[in-house]
Amino acid sequence: MAINILMPALSPTMEEGNLSKWLVAEGDTVKSGDVMCEIETDKATMEFEAVDEGIIGKIVVPEGSEGVKVNAVIAVLIEEGESVDDVAEPIAASAIVTAAAEPVVAESVSAVVVEQDLPEGTTFKSTTVREAICDAMSEEMRRNPDVFLMGEEVAEYQGAYKISQGMLDEFGEKRVIDTPITEHGFTGLAVGAAFAGLSPIVEFMTWNFAMQAIDQIINSAAKTRYMSGGQMTCPIVFRGANGAAARVGAQHSHDYATWYAQVPGLKVVMPYSASDYKGLMKSAIRDPNPVVVLENEMLYGRSFDVPEIEDYTVPIGKARIWRQGDDVTIVSFGIGMQYALAAADKLAEEGISAEVIDLRSLRPMDTETVVKSVMKTNRCVTVEEGFPVASIGGHISATLMQEAFDYLDAPVINLAGKDVPMPYAANLEKLALVTTEEVISSVKSVTYR
Amino acid sequence: MAAAKTRKKSNVSKEELLGFYREMLLIRRFEEKAGQLYGMGQIGGFCHLYIGQEAIVVGLESNTIEGDQRITSYRDHGHMLACGMDPKGVMAELTGRIGGYSRGKGGSMHMFSNEKKFYGGNGIVGAQVPIGAGLAFANKYRGNNNVSFAYFGDGAANQGQVYETYNMASLWKLPCIFVIENNQYAMGTSLQRASSTPDLYTRGEAFGIPGEAVDGMDVLAVKAAGAKALDHCRAGNGPYILEMNTYRYRGHSMSDPAKYRTREEVQKVREERDPIDHIRDMLLTGKHSTEDDLKAIDKAIKKTVTEAADYAIASPEPELSELWTDIYAEAE
Repeated sequence: MAINILMPALSPTMEEGNLSKWLVAEGDTVKSGDVMCEIETDKATMEFEAVDEGIIGKIVVPEGSEGVKVNAVIAVLIEEGESVDDVAEPIAASAIVTAAAEPVVAESVSAVVVEQDLPEGTTFKSTTVREAICDAMSEEMRRNPDVFLMGEEVAEYQGAYKISQGMLDEFGEKRVIDTPITEHGFTGLAVGAAFAGLSPIVEFMTWNFAMQAIDQIINSAAKTRYMSGGQMTCPIVFRGANGAAARVGAQHSHDYATWYAQVPGLKVVMPYSASDYKGLMKSAIRDPNPVVVLENEMLYGRSFDVPEIEDYTVPIGKARIWRQGDDVTIVSFGIGMQYALAAADKLAEEGISAEVIDLRSLRPMDTETVVKSVMKTNRCVTVEEGFPVASIGGHISATLMQEAFDYLDAPVINLAGKDVPMPYAANLEKLALVTTEEVISSVKSVTYR
Repeated sequence: MAAAKTRKKSNVSKEELLGFYREMLLIRRFEEKAGQLYGMGQIGGFCHLYIGQEAIVVGLESNTIEGDQRITSYRDHGHMLACGMDPKGVMAELTGRIGGYSRGKGGSMHMFSNEKKFYGGNGIVGAQVPIGAGLAFANKYRGNNNVSFAYFGDGAANQGQVYETYNMASLWKLPCIFVIENNQYAMGTSLQRASSTPDLYTRGEAFGIPGEAVDGMDVLAVKAAGAKALDHCRAGNGPYILEMNTYRYRGHSMSDPAKYRTREEVQKVREERDPIDHIRDMLLTGKHSTEDDLKAIDKAIKKTVTEAADYAIASPEPELSELWTDIYAEAE
């Protein structure tokens, strides 16, 4: 009985990968544990081992193939005496079958991009968020010898999420530093280095683990400037993946946006696009204050146009209007933007014109841009993935009530993640997160459609 | 506890003894004055006095060079005075006035001096330990010859981050001296009731960090141990642990009635191990100084402390606009 060998999912967020090399040929006998091929994910190149015993009857996906979907048939294993021709189903057709799980993201970068403040004639380069973060850190490290990167697996492993790929080679072990798994300790140590005048970038593999270190982030990094009457500075960047990835459960899916946005002395950014990741990361590294950069693993592999401008920075504390509209203001940040923009596209088809604002920075927060927009549209929906209690959206609502009460034609709706620890089951996880459909129905509700 | 008779005699100059005497006495008189001002309502909040422990900071500071850093917990007044910070600025911070080191915004537990490389003044037990190692990291990164002193108490010695720090400091050979000021009580809990092992200086062994127990009531012993630790660090051998066996005479803070120990216990230490009396005896028995000489020093120090207190009370409270300043540093 022939066995289909399927493209494996090699990380929680992997949807497709590259088949970089076959280590077996048609006709070869393999047994359990033999390495058959190398598969490159967005994070690493992994060896793929045989599980079953048999003969490689046919290699369906040749080496060098890119974007091979998870669960696509990449080869067929046959038994002794069997022929590939005996396999009933046409193999070629199934090679492009995609994973059972539907793609998490409806790409929507087609929205009208405005307010970028770029010089005329600026050219763009398609860049992933992952590359943008790496570029930003590398550029700043070239610029300032006091900047260094430390964290778990940032150096020799090339980054748990491959963000710091190549940086050890360029900057050496003095400036790209693997730490032991000791968040509380290395965070405090980096804060001390910052007090002494260096500019550390601390990578948390994910922000979930930074809870071990939150005392050093808040009590030491954020408050010392004030407690010292302005004597001490703490030029440090804390960065890493924040919020839900894909089916990693409650302890690995927490969105800390409001936690850090609440703390005076910190600056907090949570970008969506690669250009903002790059520009805000560079600004964060240069900032003489502690800056929290909340990244998103689901966005790491996403490509956006990044302006090809030397030394491209984005100011901390300024929102970006992605799309202008008249009927409603949708305010979001981070990965929430994908739902906001997708919803705006669909709403446009129905004749509802949404203005979409990406806060980008959560502290300081550019509420001025939001208030101005709502004075025009008179309606507002906020979108975020974090928990609903004491949310960023709740703060926006309060601000609008104070500063634009007379302009509101409908109560503001705050969309957020559900008020439950993140479940593991695929259907429940989907239910726990915000969706494009929820944005659409909320907009319809506030516009009384 | 080691008694006074176990102290080693050493060839120490009159000038050095007088210096130690002056510095320790300044801390003691300063703290007594702070306690008095607290009682008068001039100092608020928490106020942790250093009385009894003076020999530690004075002995260790006697070996430091320009650029060495120090960081400690909330029992920090002695450290500031010992590294040369102005008593007026420290006292005015205790009274919450604009003339204080933190412009009145930090208080007793939160004072800093860039100039003297004093990095606080930390209110969270143990948090200063990794930060202190970070200061040492910066020294190593810059390739200078400086050493950082991370002071913490026997209470903090049970915090996990201390051991996280030991591991990294040893792994990366950071020039950091971990100074455990073992004053026998973590607030109201004695070392015996809180620590599974009594010898805190041995707790670096698992990380390959040498440690040493020192009579923290003997400024000369402290100085000698500090010199050895500094040599070790400056030679690039990584961190060093000094456990200073000491005693605080007052309660944990001003509001602590200290019912967890007997009056006799405190009295015995005061009589037999007092670090200032010890140096005073050496000065007198060694015929370095007369009673009158020492009285003159006492008088001068009292004057310094009185001036600091006067300044601290006369200095105005911060302007109300100060509420909103010093939250963020401006980009240069």
